[in-house]
Amino acid sequence: MTMLTEAQVWKALEAVPDPEIPVISVAELGIVREVQVQGGAVRVVVTPTYSGCPATEVIGEDIRAALVRAGATTVDLEWRLAPPWTTDWIGEAASEKLRAYGIAPPGERAASATQPLRFVSRRIACPKCGSNETERVSEFGSTACKALYRCRACLEPFDYFKPI
Amino acid sequence: MTEMAQQTTATSPGHVEYVMRMGDNALILGQRTAEWCGHSPVLEEDMALANMALDLIGQARMLLTHAGRLEGRGRDEDALAFQRNEPAFRNLTLCELPNEDFARTMLRIALFSRFQLLLWERLLSSTDSELAAIAAKSIKEARYHAQHSGDWVVRLGDGTEESHRRAQAALDYLWPYTAEFFIPSAADEAAAEAGVGPLWSTLEADWEAAVRPLLEEAMLSLPAPVPFRSQGKFGRHSEHMGHLLAEMQYLQRIHPGARW
Repeated sequence: MTMLTEAQVWKALEAVPDPEIPVISVAELGIVREVQVQGGAVRVVVTPTYSGCPATEVIGEDIRAALVRAGATTVDLEWRLAPPWTTDWIGEAASEKLRAYGIAPPGERAASATQPLRFVSRRIACPKCGSNETERVSEFGSTACKALYRCRACLEPFDYFKPI
Repeated sequence: MTEMAQQTTATSPGHVEYVMRMGDNALILGQRTAEWCGHSPVLEEDMALANMALDLIGQARMLLTHAGRLEGRGRDEDALAFQRNEPAFRNLTLCELPNEDFARTMLRIALFSRFQLLLWERLLSSTDSELAAIAAKSIKEARYHAQHSGDWVVRLGDGTEESHRRAQAALDYLWPYTAEFFIPSAADEAAAEAGVGPLWSTLEADWEAAVRPLLEEAMLSLPAPVPFRSQGKFGRHSEHMGHLLAEMQYLQRIHPGARW
């Protein structure tokens, strides 16, 4: 019978890429909240990013498959809403990977969660040339978690991972 | 989200209806908003509208799953979305009205998301812990919806003669339906009594305080009040609802229980 350690489980999760941003893993994305191991039985608590994120179910299947490959005999996967996911859980190293991939990493969250911000164009540094001369094209980019920006210096469009 | 934590019993039938109504609002507005997919004036807006629709449908899935558990009759999110008839839906009439044009679409999201924000904010401290968790998740999304739609309302209202005309026409059409948000209901009484959520009637002043400055900035004038009160949240819907359901429920009605 296989004996898994928590460290091995985390290592396996660090190898599960996010389906839409494959340059970072689900562990780096900060959505894996808890791991418990008993012999070969693994229990993982995951939190969704956005309510309607179409990648959610794929992520669940990928996690299961990766843990079975790592030697888990059973995988108990719980989706838990609270506390809600925040981009603050994306670490420094993962932020750098995003930037290198062409996605501007999330900035700081706004102070109030309820006050709708309007016409606030944050200065987001272009992930390609580093210029701050950028403008927002749309609050929603290729996925719910990203906004679409354009760099006025190098003229390239880029995605910005929205802070939530 | 089939594996979400199990728990809770409803405090009353009003509690179930309260959660169901919120789920129906998100589902029906999500369905309407998704109609834009592939039809928007520009690609960026196509993605924005599809993303907002996805957020709403995601919220609907969580809320209806929860409502089904509270109800305790074995109905899951799909049974509730696809196998109920029109009078069983408790969404606000505003959510089911046709999109008509881009101005009405954005104005509706601007009016509704500002209401939703207030509601989510109050629900953060709900005695129903699952509902509080859904609120904490959804409030972040509603904020982006309010921001994006608000930007467009100003841009259209304070834009060209044509865009102003359309934005004003959209407001004239939608405004009478917003009174329904605040009609007192027995479900609200029961939910408020149990600490589940606020009476919607108590949100009116805050909502107006959020909406009026936006409309002023957009150079839009508020229509005069009318006695008309739509009744969607009591299950009496507009003539548009049946058509929406016919399209949304078609597949599950023909092949009940069909799965991918």
